[in-house]
Amino acid sequence: MTTEQMTGAQALVRALENVGVDTVFGIPGGAILPAYDPLYDSVKLRHILVRHEQGAGHAAQGYAMVTGKVGVCMATSGPGATNLVTPISDAYMDSVPLVAITGQVATSLIGTDGFQEADIAGITMPITKHNFLVTDAKDIGRTIVEAFHIASTGRPGPVLVDIAKDALQATFDFEWPVQMHLPGYRPVTRPHSKQVREAARLITGAERPVLYVGGGVLKAGASAELKVLAELTGVPVVTTLMAKGAFPDSHPQHMGMPGMHGTVGAVGALQRSDLLVAIGARFDDRVTGMLDTFAPDAKVVHADIDPAEISKNRHADVPIVGDAREVIADLIVAVQAEHDAGRTGDYAAWWRQLNAWRDTYPLGYDLPEDGSLSPQQVIERIGALVGPDAYYVAGVGQHQMWAAQFIKYERPGAFLNSGGAGTMGYAVPAAMGAKVGAPDTQVWAIDGDGCFQMTNQELATCVVEGIPVKIAVINNGNLGMVRQWQTLFYEGRYSNTKLHTNRVPDFVKLAEAYGCVGLRCERPEDVDAVIAKAMEINDTPVVIDFVVHPDAMVWPMVAAGTSNDDIKIARDLAPEWENGD
Amino acid sequence: MTQHTLSVLVENTPGILTRVAALFARRGFNIESLAVGTTEHPEISRMTIVVNVEGLPLEQVTKQLNKLVNVLKIVELDPGTSVQRELVLIKVRADAETRSQVLETVQLFRAKVVDVAPDAVTVEATGNRDKLDALIRILEPFGIKELVQSGMVAIGRGARSITDRSLRAIERSA
Repeated sequence: MTTEQMTGAQALVRALENVGVDTVFGIPGGAILPAYDPLYDSVKLRHILVRHEQGAGHAAQGYAMVTGKVGVCMATSGPGATNLVTPISDAYMDSVPLVAITGQVATSLIGTDGFQEADIAGITMPITKHNFLVTDAKDIGRTIVEAFHIASTGRPGPVLVDIAKDALQATFDFEWPVQMHLPGYRPVTRPHSKQVREAARLITGAERPVLYVGGGVLKAGASAELKVLAELTGVPVVTTLMAKGAFPDSHPQHMGMPGMHGTVGAVGALQRSDLLVAIGARFDDRVTGMLDTFAPDAKVVHADIDPAEISKNRHADVPIVGDAREVIADLIVAVQAEHDAGRTGDYAAWWRQLNAWRDTYPLGYDLPEDGSLSPQQVIERIGALVGPDAYYVAGVGQHQMWAAQFIKYERPGAFLNSGGAGTMGYAVPAAMGAKVGAPDTQVWAIDGDGCFQMTNQELATCVVEGIPVKIAVINNGNLGMVRQWQTLFYEGRYSNTKLHTNRVPDFVKLAEAYGCVGLRCERPEDVDAVIAKAMEINDTPVVIDFVVHPDAMVWPMVAAGTSNDDIKIARDLAPEWENGD
Repeated sequence: MTQHTLSVLVENTPGILTRVAALFARRGFNIESLAVGTTEHPEISRMTIVVNVEGLPLEQVTKQLNKLVNVLKIVELDPGTSVQRELVLIKVRADAETRSQVLETVQLFRAKVVDVAPDAVTVEATGNRDKLDALIRILEPFGIKELVQSGMVAIGRGARSITDRSLRAIERSA
């Protein structure tokens, strides 16, 4: 162990360096100011000065998603810290490993309503995996190690470390390495072998099994194992919004995405299944529809690293607590043993049914009759021209669903979006963070005109810091998803959804004002050329204003609160389930 | 509606009561009573939480509690195999005319008078919920001026201790 005299602020920077941090997104301010002084000298930490703390948080998320490391953001007390609340909440819902470091007013001021004081530990209690308030410089090193350990192990999530200003300023004897003290934190990663054998027995005995794959498979890095298991068993696979890319979209066993805007094949597969094998998925309401009518005939094998997810929404007949990668690896062995004993599943009839649904109800869209741009077509062309090696980062709304539906994801982690929290404004800063984490890979944000206006100040960061992302704004001049619901459920009364984004602001001029390249595309025949032009520009961010038809809708759709059985493939048009039986 | 008694061992850290109480509220569970204090080990506090479960399974709240980093252990105590006690202090009207009747009731319930004033006495009683309810019912006609109750505390019967293993975990990680 080495001991060295330094300030709390120096200890913070040293601890961050020692746990392997190379990038911090943040903005300085009064209470965190002491930390920014040693940060200025660090050669190991790159600090990226963002324009709004929310941008720092989402950028850290994007960085974490593409690198697999813990993302780090930093802000000052009070409003700096509260601006981090949205990305922290987002990271909590989507299990993104994140450490948020905030300055706090000096210990003597805590509780006095001091200038820029906010109880950020109290505020973030329900949206962090854990948080800390540090008031003694001696605790900084250990707390940082614990925060990174908690954020990155078990079910990943955000951890907030709030440090009082006087703790940053105090001089003390810094010791390294430090011993963690987390007696109550013991995540289980090794699955129970008896449960795994039972799951394998159910898989080979089932007639209509489905592998229901969630984001946990991506977090565990278990895509290769998943492919082996799927091919060994011959079971169809559905991947949720959070799991896009965990299983190649082009794979013949892939039935697509389930849920509110899932494919008929994927939704039908879940509904008619007699065995759901859920791995790293959480039976979210956007997947299950009305819970009472979800997959009524299915037994459930539910594997998750978080025991609290198992049987939370749907009772699990076979609960398996463990890391998805270890669970799948063990399942492969157990299924192989079943096969060796002469027990294999026969899913031929099931596949006839699944294929009939898939052939009869493929994803599709109509082109606007007036010759204007189809948003689905724009997004589909981006996916086709940019290809499967890029990262795609969506905002929230119609464009997000189309990005999930019409871009083909062939590799794990290629799609980033805000799934659980549904945070509009996620795309620009998250794409920025992703590009920092993967500088040699193309990063395309697929954003909406509503979302884009919530966080586009980070274009300044992208230009100044040299982060050449592409931002495709799918501009329908409206809050499109809300408008779609108004069309369907509020008799077309478009209350406060028209953004007038065809006039205000001018996105091309906005892009140029920031020093980005701004492009506009209004005609279908120009789409490919504009995308190609954007792909040629690699030294500066590019914003493309795709002016699209406002009436396009996301189909299929299971209306909120209704049964998956009532999925519509277009307005008032339901699939015929028994077709092809 | 069913009632459960949970003993929750936690690290004795600032804010832990908020974390636990807020989790119950956030996940839609109603706390009937809560008592907290340190244990034989100063680093460990013990909460006794009585929770009413309606619709939602108790399992969900214990799993969520277990995810709190400062929570060491959760044990559900069955009324049949544990001692469960509450304490109540009752300020009851008692003048020269009624005092002897009040004192008789106090004796019957093996309660104690802990303060006497010319027209009132303060009674201390411990026991399980049923006994305290009965005492309160019987004192009510005399006129209850003020009443305060502790949360329930509970401990399992027999020689086994639920703190032993948590203690070892704390020592291991220290």
